[in-house]
Amino acid sequence: MKLTTFLATSALAAMLASPAFAQQISIKAGVLNDRSGLYADLSGEGSVIAARMAVEDFKAADKGIKVEIVSADHQNKPDVGSTIARQWYDQDGVDLILDVPTSSVALAVSQITKEKNKIMINSGAGTSDLTGKACTPNTIHWTYDTYALAQGTGGAMVKAGGDTWFFLTADYAFGHALERDATAVITKAGGKVLGSVKTPFPGTDFSSFLLQAQASKAKVIGLANAGGDTINSIKQAGEFGITQGGQKLAGLLTFITDVHALGLQAAQGLVLTEAFYWDKNEQTRAWSQRFAKLNGGKMPSMVQAGVYAGLLHYLKAVEATKSKDTATVVAKMKEMPTDDALFGKGSIEVNGRVLHDMYLYEVKKPSESKGPWDYYKLISTLPGKDAFQPLAESGCALVKK
Amino acid sequence: MTDLASTEAAAGTALAETDDGTARLHRNLFVAIAALLVIAPFVAYPVFVMKVLCFALFALAFNLLLGYGGLLSFGHAAYFGMASYVSAYTAKNWGLTPELAILLGTAVAALLGTVFGALAIRRQGIYFAMITLALAQMVFFFSLQAPRFTGGEDGIQAVPRGKLFGLVSLADDRALYWLVAAIFMGGLLLIYRIIHSPFGQVCKAIRDNEPRAISLGYRANRYKLMVFVLSAALAGLAGATKAIVFQLASLTDVYWTMSGEVVLMTLVGGLGTVFGPIVGAAVIVAMQNYLATFGAWVTVIQGVIFVACVLLFREGIVGVIARAIRKPL
Amino acid sequence: MFELLGIPPQALFGQVLLGLINGSFYAILSLGLAVIFGLLNIINFTHGAQYMMGAFVAWMALNYLGLNYWVALVLAPIVVGAIGIAIERLLLKRIAHLDHLYGLLLTFGLALIIQGLFRNQYGSSGLPYGIPPQLAGGQNLGFMFLPNYRGWVIVASVVVCLATWFLIEKTKLGAYLRAATENPTLTQAFGINVPLLVTLTYGFGVALAAFAGVLAAPVYSVNPNMGGDLIIVVFAVVVIGGMGSIMGAIVTGFGLGLVEGLTKVFYPEASSTVIFVIMVLVLLVKPAGLFGRPA
Repeated sequence: MKLTTFLATSALAAMLASPAFAQQISIKAGVLNDRSGLYADLSGEGSVIAARMAVEDFKAADKGIKVEIVSADHQNKPDVGSTIARQWYDQDGVDLILDVPTSSVALAVSQITKEKNKIMINSGAGTSDLTGKACTPNTIHWTYDTYALAQGTGGAMVKAGGDTWFFLTADYAFGHALERDATAVITKAGGKVLGSVKTPFPGTDFSSFLLQAQASKAKVIGLANAGGDTINSIKQAGEFGITQGGQKLAGLLTFITDVHALGLQAAQGLVLTEAFYWDKNEQTRAWSQRFAKLNGGKMPSMVQAGVYAGLLHYLKAVEATKSKDTATVVAKMKEMPTDDALFGKGSIEVNGRVLHDMYLYEVKKPSESKGPWDYYKLISTLPGKDAFQPLAESGCALVKK
Repeated sequence: MTDLASTEAAAGTALAETDDGTARLHRNLFVAIAALLVIAPFVAYPVFVMKVLCFALFALAFNLLLGYGGLLSFGHAAYFGMASYVSAYTAKNWGLTPELAILLGTAVAALLGTVFGALAIRRQGIYFAMITLALAQMVFFFSLQAPRFTGGEDGIQAVPRGKLFGLVSLADDRALYWLVAAIFMGGLLLIYRIIHSPFGQVCKAIRDNEPRAISLGYRANRYKLMVFVLSAALAGLAGATKAIVFQLASLTDVYWTMSGEVVLMTLVGGLGTVFGPIVGAAVIVAMQNYLATFGAWVTVIQGVIFVACVLLFREGIVGVIARAIRKPL
Repeated sequence: MFELLGIPPQALFGQVLLGLINGSFYAILSLGLAVIFGLLNIINFTHGAQYMMGAFVAWMALNYLGLNYWVALVLAPIVVGAIGIAIERLLLKRIAHLDHLYGLLLTFGLALIIQGLFRNQYGSSGLPYGIPPQLAGGQNLGFMFLPNYRGWVIVASVVVCLATWFLIEKTKLGAYLRAATENPTLTQAFGINVPLLVTLTYGFGVALAAFAGVLAAPVYSVNPNMGGDLIIVVFAVVVIGGMGSIMGAIVTGFGLGLVEGLTKVFYPEASSTVIFVIMVLVLLVKPAGLFGRPA
């Protein structure tokens, strides 16, 4: 209902405000993400809200651009995701797809997007293959990837003195990639990896693995896992007195929603890398408060912020080129520097990788927190060009041209 | 297994196998299905129809085992998923033409079915279900552990659709559709043939009363294994085809929830009816697609359908129709 | 220092103990399933969802009513057990005369509904629940650091399991129950209210699941999917122990926890699959399970 009203008003506003009505460009953006499973909290309906806010903030209607937003649940299943993507492109006239968490679905949608020559601005997926060996001219990867997370958490921790590591790695490709990337960064920075253990995915009891990590005497225990696995391992690390014993926990893929689920009592002291935190500065706070009002009081995750920023940048490119032709718009997006309230200034590489700053945060103690969602304190900032994979190493075929 | 059998008997199948009217009805239905298949891609979105057909074939294969062999497998995802991996892998890495990739996938599923079936048919009822589940979990474990072959949780992506017999390009959805429709129709006719062959009759006899069938001199286990292998192979055919259609194979296809989904499809459509699984698959796939915007409600709605089916229409949609017209479907 | 199979013995003791603790969850959950299967002949697929509900009731009690862990430990089984009784009366009863595969399908559907509703309400990433302050900290046992809470889990589950076993095997109520399992019609003829017994048994089995849920809340992630994957493992435990065998479920629960714990040391990748391997082997050698009677 809300959507229709919104559409009606924006269309009406467009008619009233735009003298160049005849040249109006209409765009259909599809937010394709997980609305019922593991990633529903960090993407889900929140990403749709973020996309609507982008349209609103861009004042699309005043500029003769009519934007319609549709959304669907891919249930983390590649076949469901790819059916929806195909149908959107072929039948429903969708011009670009946003968000798409879960690597397997993102890779599938990326292929279809290329085949149909449309645009995907990915925010939710972590695999660096999207801009690496599986890169396409049609995919922009906005928020984060395994490489940047490993770089942020691994590199910065070693600099801060955490030079010996032990990994708890979720036994699937994503976990392996995180461990591999982090290991490379740690060794390069002069640290040492003492060992690692592959944990079945998904798992519930990590105490056995945590004891192995404890026995290794490593200064940092790296959690190369995600979602429920991360939550369980952090909860149980607290229980087994691992953090009290002086070892630090580093989450390689931990979102603010995970910290919220853990509570500060259990999560305190955890070190993690994020691309966005709502309480970073005046602008992010103002935006996030607006967002929270629409999202039942829940603050935005970096994935949701990335959907906002990505769509905003796309709309700017459409405005600049007065076109929605894929090649023209993508070229413009890559040429224009990115600049928005949430991620600040940045740029887009030829392989579609967006460069922006990444931040290393530590989770506050309960006594330091002023209220709900006041969770992080900043340890260090990693400039975009150091955080993300250098073009030459990405293995993307677009780079050689 | 008596209750499952009685459900089906209520649907009337057991009564009128040789009834002329029934045979004519079935013939007409086949013509109607063929006609629908021809019209479908012009009316509905072809990729969606192909998805329905793949799952319908999967459900048909599952139903062959449950409805006519009386064996509830809770691990059919293993054959479906393994075949889709094999067909995706060989099409992508060995450059096999689609028909060969699909055939190879089916063959591997049949092989897997032979091994698993030989182990599982030694037990009955709930134990049989549990063994098939456990074996399927091992296949899942293998798929997770062999990223070189399966691509881990990223799956095998960007599988080429290739050229049929090295000649006809399948890149166009319509072109591919005709292949999928042909495979589906072939599968359906084969299953129909099996059910109405002497072999199928013996299977039903074993399902209804195993000791009696044995006393009549039938080697029950051999029949059970045969029907198991046939079912696994057809499930594999469906999975292998799906891999070519979607150009990917992933862990979703081997996970235990996929085994649950196929049970749901069969139950909704009508256990032990020939055409039920097709209707069931269409309903469930359509729900997944068109309810995608409802978010978490999809699971709730699926659950409600499950409960409603068990409580109110145990015969499923087609079963209810069959009872109304007093003819087996 | 000498080593056992390449692992220092201290570490091995630690892992054995942890395995037993995980086994306590398996034991309570499979006990509930076994009790239900024994009398109702239903494979209760909703068990995982009911376990999850137990954990959520604990969270709700704390956040909405300010009731602490200890109250929740009693309250959650009662609340969830009552819901279970309602489910039995309204739904399961209607299909009692059918093949037990229908029971499995019905409870599978119920599990989907319950999980979906909780996901809609509370999201999927989970809710925080702390360890009760009385049990914070831990003991240094020399070979490992044992958190007090884990110690409590093992004690609580052994007590509950043994009490249940005693109730069923040694009391008059238990005797009725066993009689009703054996031959409901005859038991009814002796003037025992079998339907009531069936309802109460289901409620009791469900309450056990909720109890396990509360026990799990402080150490595992409290989220709507927490029971979904666990249930498959617990089924395997029940099947290995022998369907419907009370002692079988308890012993197998602890035993498999142990095996899983050891696998985590020697071949961690396989630790979630080892139970299924054992299940296939056991069923091939002893079809009725380790403690079951041949049908």
